[in-house]
Amino acid sequence: MANVTLRNVRKTYPGGFEAIKGVDVDVGDGQFCVLVGPSGCGKSTLLRMVAGLETVTGGEIDIGGKIVNQVEPADRDIAMVFQNYALYPHMSVYNNMAYGLRNRGMKEDEIKSRVEEAARVLELSPMLERKPRQLSGGQRQRVAMGRAIVRQPKVFLFDEPLSNLDAKLRIAMRVEIRKLQRRLNTTSIYVTHDQLEAMTLADILVVMNGGQVEQVGNPLAIYEKPATTFVASFIGAPPMNLMSARADEIKSQLGGSAGEAGIVGIRPEDFVITADSPAGGVTLPLTVEAIERVGAETFVYGARAHDEQRVAATPGELPPGEIIVRIPGTAAPAIGEKIRVAAVREKLHLFSGDGRKRIEA
Amino acid sequence: MVEEEGFRRYVAHIILWIGIAIVAFPVYIAIIASTQENALIANGQMSLLPGGHFFEVYYQTIFVGTTGSTREPVGTMMLNSLVMALMIAVGKIAISIISAYAIVYFRFPFRMPIFWLIFITLMLPVEVRIYPTYKIVADLHMLDSYAGLALPLIASATATLLFRQFFMTVPDELLEASRIDGAGPFRFFWDTLLPLSRTNMAALFVILFILGWNQYLWPLLITTRDDMQTIQIGIRKMITTSDALTEWPLVMATAVLAMLPPVFVVVVMQKLFVRGLVETEK
Amino acid sequence: MQKQAIFQTKLLPYALVAPQLAIVLIFFYWPALQAVIQSFLLQDAFGLSTSFVWFENYVDLFKDGAYFEAIVRTFFFSFAIAVSSLSFALLLAVMADKPLRGSMLYRTLLIWPYAVAPPVVGVLWIFMLHPSLGVLSRYLRDMGVDWNPLLNGNQAASLIILAAAWKQISYNFLFFLAGLQSIPKSVLEAAAIDGARPMRRFWTVTFPLLSPTIFFLLVVNIVYAFFDTFGIIDTMTRGGPGKSTETLVYKVYTEGLLGGNLGSSAAQSVILMIMVVALTAIQFRFVERKVTY
Repeated sequence: MANVTLRNVRKTYPGGFEAIKGVDVDVGDGQFCVLVGPSGCGKSTLLRMVAGLETVTGGEIDIGGKIVNQVEPADRDIAMVFQNYALYPHMSVYNNMAYGLRNRGMKEDEIKSRVEEAARVLELSPMLERKPRQLSGGQRQRVAMGRAIVRQPKVFLFDEPLSNLDAKLRIAMRVEIRKLQRRLNTTSIYVTHDQLEAMTLADILVVMNGGQVEQVGNPLAIYEKPATTFVASFIGAPPMNLMSARADEIKSQLGGSAGEAGIVGIRPEDFVITADSPAGGVTLPLTVEAIERVGAETFVYGARAHDEQRVAATPGELPPGEIIVRIPGTAAPAIGEKIRVAAVREKLHLFSGDGRKRIEA
Repeated sequence: MVEEEGFRRYVAHIILWIGIAIVAFPVYIAIIASTQENALIANGQMSLLPGGHFFEVYYQTIFVGTTGSTREPVGTMMLNSLVMALMIAVGKIAISIISAYAIVYFRFPFRMPIFWLIFITLMLPVEVRIYPTYKIVADLHMLDSYAGLALPLIASATATLLFRQFFMTVPDELLEASRIDGAGPFRFFWDTLLPLSRTNMAALFVILFILGWNQYLWPLLITTRDDMQTIQIGIRKMITTSDALTEWPLVMATAVLAMLPPVFVVVVMQKLFVRGLVETEK
Repeated sequence: MQKQAIFQTKLLPYALVAPQLAIVLIFFYWPALQAVIQSFLLQDAFGLSTSFVWFENYVDLFKDGAYFEAIVRTFFFSFAIAVSSLSFALLLAVMADKPLRGSMLYRTLLIWPYAVAPPVVGVLWIFMLHPSLGVLSRYLRDMGVDWNPLLNGNQAASLIILAAAWKQISYNFLFFLAGLQSIPKSVLEAAAIDGARPMRRFWTVTFPLLSPTIFFLLVVNIVYAFFDTFGIIDTMTRGGPGKSTETLVYKVYTEGLLGGNLGSSAAQSVILMIMVVALTAIQFRFVERKVTY
């Protein structure tokens, strides 16, 4: 059992490229920490530094009260599940799981009981003698998990372990991983680029961008109070609508309450189609451009009457001037119809002009 | 595939059988000649059907040798060829796989210069450095020895390149997983890389064994003692003396025996052979 | 060129490359260097003194008509062997590529001569075409040919070419077959629908798509004819009659054996080295092109 603490961790490659620009994260004992961010944000590099597969060029990595910067991966008491599983293709499932234990000089009968226990939990018992190539994708994934859990390490590290699976299996495995981690109560760090996976798995969510941490915290807290416009648009699908607070239309509605805010964000589900204008809130006239009905909910894509510039280029962004509204059910306006959508004051997110700071009204 | 009508298919079958006949005919003649009497052959009266001296000729060839030119039994020569071929094949694979391992999985000063040094030997076949190499082997007192036969041929740019190429396709995560599983450089090589290279090694072995068994120029230079000569050298010595004295049935029996091991390997391990041939030429 | 995931050990890699490096340096580079140095030196008749003579050995070689003839002869042999073996092998490969019953058997029956050693090839062919006892010589004489490759230089040369081409058929066949099988069948089907008949399909679609293989094999066959024919020549004709079957490699060998002019022999080796470098360079340029193709 162990905490994992990162103190001002940095990684600069020999070429001068700064992959990690000083990261502080504290993962408590038994917690499930998820590192999430777009590709190239440094999340995998950070995980591999914790594993000892990448050298640390600055700061400290502390596992269970011991600084491990110079410790070999094998001696860190961690186990890792790789994106491509990295199973030994020439070894049986049993030997894949037993290999790490044998290298540590464990007795064969102890190895046997551990592997069999893991196989039972992961429902791999009938396949112990098979080679990886004889298994399906989901089964291979479970062998990779098994290889990690037989070690009974202080920390589990997961590097996008589900991204090679199809959508259905991914959801099933996601639930299994979480159940397993709760049962074993082992501190875990999990890397993914899928914000939904991140939200559902994490005790602590770390949102990264450009080698830096944008926000750390409880996933729902992050969802409710994103610290930057990057987090606001990265967490949640479809992303938060972001608009310039200086546009006349919005400025006049907010009055003085906006303070020094430069950007206003509103989540698609926080809009309602209404003729009223809630006091202190924001009301926008829209022309409906597209409708997506997915059953329980409907997304309405509308163009703002005033041709404002949308702000803050972020992942999954909409074209300038477009707004997404999420409404329950299937009843929706027609394409081309002019509607008014409104959000109440409490649902507004205000950010500084550069999007780097959240402003609490 | 575009289906073809019957006539064209018959033509294809016929052409292929003609090709096979051309390819096989010289060997057929050799086998036939090795079962006949020398007198008949020397007169130019050789029959195209098997004679009755099969056992007698092969017994003499393997265990006694010719009465004239070289008195060494061919059995000894085959043993020499076998030892040389195995030393060359195993030696090349062994030293190539470990150098490829060093070049791919370690970063060390002079790594690339060393790689190039090995690579450029592709352009230095034994034929272009015959006598200086002979002189070194002589200076090292390795003439007429197995070491002298095999050692100078054991470096292999081709095999090193092949293993290097193969190692590059092994996912990095396998090494990382091994490191987390507590395996160092030796363990990783022995437990993971070597088992994964098995097919490549086998394919390479088939090619290198044939190459080693068929060596000619080098053994010709450095063996002087009859009991050290390989079968390829022996066969040449059997026909050195004037035609009248050449014991043709024995020569042909030796030719058949010289072909037997490598042809057997090609036919029985055809898959590995084809793979090895194609891989080493890449 | 190199992995991201590596070991950090300092001395181990040197130990791993040491055996190969030792052999390469002792048996490859040292002798090659000796040959280069030797080629610039001239020894007196008794081997008592040597002097540095720059390119004199090379100049002498090229002034020597016999050497020039050997070069021409080697290239002629190479092309004759390559062209005859390649065309016959291509014919067989095209036939074997058809969906025939027993195509695996055909392949097996055609590839095994690869394993026959050059000296054995020489023995087999000289035996069949020996002037006095060869089984085929009888028929040639019956047809009125004055067949005696042991005395007639042209006949000796054609015998060498025939034997050398015979051995190479299987190798060429195998690579042609692989090349043919890698041509997508849909391309040929498209050509058929475009109205191309089988012969036309071959020359306008198959042959152009096979050109990388043909070029590759051409280089390999030339290298083979340069070096691997040594065993065939040595068991069949010993370079004779006269010098009518003496190739460059065979010349280096026999002159060295007689222990004659060391400088000249070394210069010949160096020229051969340069030719190998050139051939290898051509081959690699081709490999690169194949990759980008």
